[in-house]
Amino acid sequence: MKEILSGNEAIARGAFEAGCLVASAYPGTPSTEILEQVTQYREINASWAPNEKVALEVAIGACFGGARALACMKHVGVNVAADPLFTASYTGVKAGLVLVAADDPEMHSSQNEQDSRNYARFAKVPMLEPADSRECKEFTKLAFELSEQFDTPVMLRSCTRISHGKSVVELGERVTGLPLPQLVKDAPKLVMLPGNARVRHPLVEKRTVKLSLYGDTAAINRIELRSDEIGVICAGVTYQYVREALPEASVLKLGMVWPLPDNLIQEFAAKVKQLFVIEELDSFIEEQVKAMGIAARGKDLISRCGELSPGRIRAAFAKASLIAAQQHDTTTLEPVPPRPPNMCPGCPHRGVFYQLNRANAYVTGDIGCYTLGFMPPLNAMDTCVCMGASISNASGIVRALPAEEQQRVVAVIGDSTFLHTGVNSLMEMAWNKAPATVIILDNRITAMTGRQENPASGHTLDGQTASEVNIPELCRVLGIKHVRVLDPYDLDATRQVLDEEMHRPEPSVIITNRPCCLIKGPGRFEKGTILEVDQGRCTGCKACLRIGCPAIEWKPNPDVNKGKAFIDPQLCTGCSVCQQLCKFSAIGGKQ
Amino acid sequence: MSTSVTNILLVGVGGQGILLASEILSEAFMLAGHDVKKSEIHGMSQRGGSVVSHVRFGTEVFSPVVPEGEGDILFGFELLETYRALPLLRPGATVVANDDRILPPAVLLGQAEYPKGLADKIRQKFPDLLLVDGQGMALSAGDVRAANTVLLGAVSKRLMIAEEIWQQALEKMVPRKALEINLKAFQSGRSL
Repeated sequence: MKEILSGNEAIARGAFEAGCLVASAYPGTPSTEILEQVTQYREINASWAPNEKVALEVAIGACFGGARALACMKHVGVNVAADPLFTASYTGVKAGLVLVAADDPEMHSSQNEQDSRNYARFAKVPMLEPADSRECKEFTKLAFELSEQFDTPVMLRSCTRISHGKSVVELGERVTGLPLPQLVKDAPKLVMLPGNARVRHPLVEKRTVKLSLYGDTAAINRIELRSDEIGVICAGVTYQYVREALPEASVLKLGMVWPLPDNLIQEFAAKVKQLFVIEELDSFIEEQVKAMGIAARGKDLISRCGELSPGRIRAAFAKASLIAAQQHDTTTLEPVPPRPPNMCPGCPHRGVFYQLNRANAYVTGDIGCYTLGFMPPLNAMDTCVCMGASISNASGIVRALPAEEQQRVVAVIGDSTFLHTGVNSLMEMAWNKAPATVIILDNRITAMTGRQENPASGHTLDGQTASEVNIPELCRVLGIKHVRVLDPYDLDATRQVLDEEMHRPEPSVIITNRPCCLIKGPGRFEKGTILEVDQGRCTGCKACLRIGCPAIEWKPNPDVNKGKAFIDPQLCTGCSVCQQLCKFSAIGGKQ
Repeated sequence: MSTSVTNILLVGVGGQGILLASEILSEAFMLAGHDVKKSEIHGMSQRGGSVVSHVRFGTEVFSPVVPEGEGDILFGFELLETYRALPLLRPGATVVANDDRILPPAVLLGQAEYPKGLADKIRQKFPDLLLVDGQGMALSAGDVRAANTVLLGAVSKRLMIAEEIWQQALEKMVPRKALEINLKAFQSGRSL
């Protein structure tokens, strides 16, 4: 049966067909939907982990128990999971172990565009890179097989255009007859003390050589001979761009990007007059080809930054006079207002950022919807590095400052990000008595990636009720003496609590307690009274516009050089933050 | 590039039902026996930001993204976003646009104006423009939320795919309880 699947759906299907039994992940764009799709296959035990390191360790554990196991994450998640990855490379596996890393060239939804292929070389594990959804499914299955055949974890690299691109896939059946999971003692292989690890390391090096030889004849690395003028080595989605931009070129399409098939590359290079390596981000393949003594061009033509496209490749080749330039009648536009993302109407973060701005706070930020607090008119975020960094950045920055400046430092972090890697940071802050203030914006969900459950939300991936981390208690046991819980819709209380805690020369934590307005259901978000602006009372002072709510519109009246605010009743959730800002009582319940 | 590939772009604002419309389109192309690829961005940009979905079909499709300047049909859910996407089109491309305005943040805050006369500006560059009252027609069909299906109906007229295939695709992709209204909305768009 044929279906149109996204790359993420196809990876999930591939794991199912491969007989995978355990899957773990932390949500992160563009990888999130893999695990969400895995839940439809009841044969697989799938669960969210608090972070990517835990997710990979869960998968490694399952694999040590003899079950085929999958861990999924976005590219920056691999940084968090790097510790177990490097040693799992030495232990090898007891059943297939696959780590999916989804890169985000162009940073559509990320803080950097690191190239995960470097991790495969660094950790000495093979990496497959599919070029469409069909290959996502097939390569996932192959990854499990190679993992067992070569006794290694296998990485599968996706990217935004593969994970969120859809194409046609032929579905298959789940394999049967795999060995049953069981406990087998094998300390020399699985206990990585120096004595054992010294035995394992040479095996890892030999494994890489064997994998390179495997790649020379593997069907996933293939030469497509067309014209002998131009030959291009490429992989993944870049293959699609190359086929479109340079239809006459011969291509060596690599399905395995680490280790490289040296002999096959030599063979291809001998068949073409000019050899090019076209790859997104780093010159990963090009450097190795050149190290083999083969002349090739690549990054002298094509940038290391951003996504490629057929147009970018064509333009680069035309600029170097390698192909004819295409004449384009480009449509030029008058300048129009941009449409950046914005916090939703009724978002419980909005009032907090408004008051942080008013309090002249220096806000160390973190990764989540609330990073949008950086945008005007809230303008209330000063740093954002990586998951969990807000608290430790605040803890560090106060050490460098005089007391009156220390008071201004406030870390802002969401519930899911706090539980991901913020807990260690808060432990440090309490332990070392760093006098900063931390706000945990607890909206009871992992919102930015599409509302995934987390350890404090009371539910598991498959919707079952579960234990809930008590965040205020957790902060107290970490050593924070001053923990306050706050209703973020109450602007006066927010201001007062912020003022008190910012002035306190000790570590303190403020926890907001309103759920994300996108999570519906009993005990979760409920709309308040929908508000409207009394046009007679509105003086046009624009105070309500300072929160940047998408439900409030300024309607100018050019005749009097002023205007009035309007509230869109379809968008208003009745959070009442704008009502509290209006000094003229012009905002009230809709009649 | 292969001339047998048709490039469709769907643009609008996060939350307008663009993804569902592009899913239905892709399903219909697959059912009609074409190779299909589709691409869009999830995550941060969806929080009320601009959304662009690419759908390509033909005998063999390589890139999941429509090359700049090669869009054949633009399917705009919101006027400003339709205008913003014009550089993605080839000269002479078809534009089917919903006559709807969603104000971007700078306009809501009174710091910028929503551009005036956008439909005329679009028509100047792309005379093959069909302006659709998606919301109004969806309301007549029974639910204002079916505006995306009205537009899909209007676009379907411009694609060589049999009516029963559209019906099958809608039946597969639209939730059962909303199907009747969506079929009606589709037909009203198709009659334009």
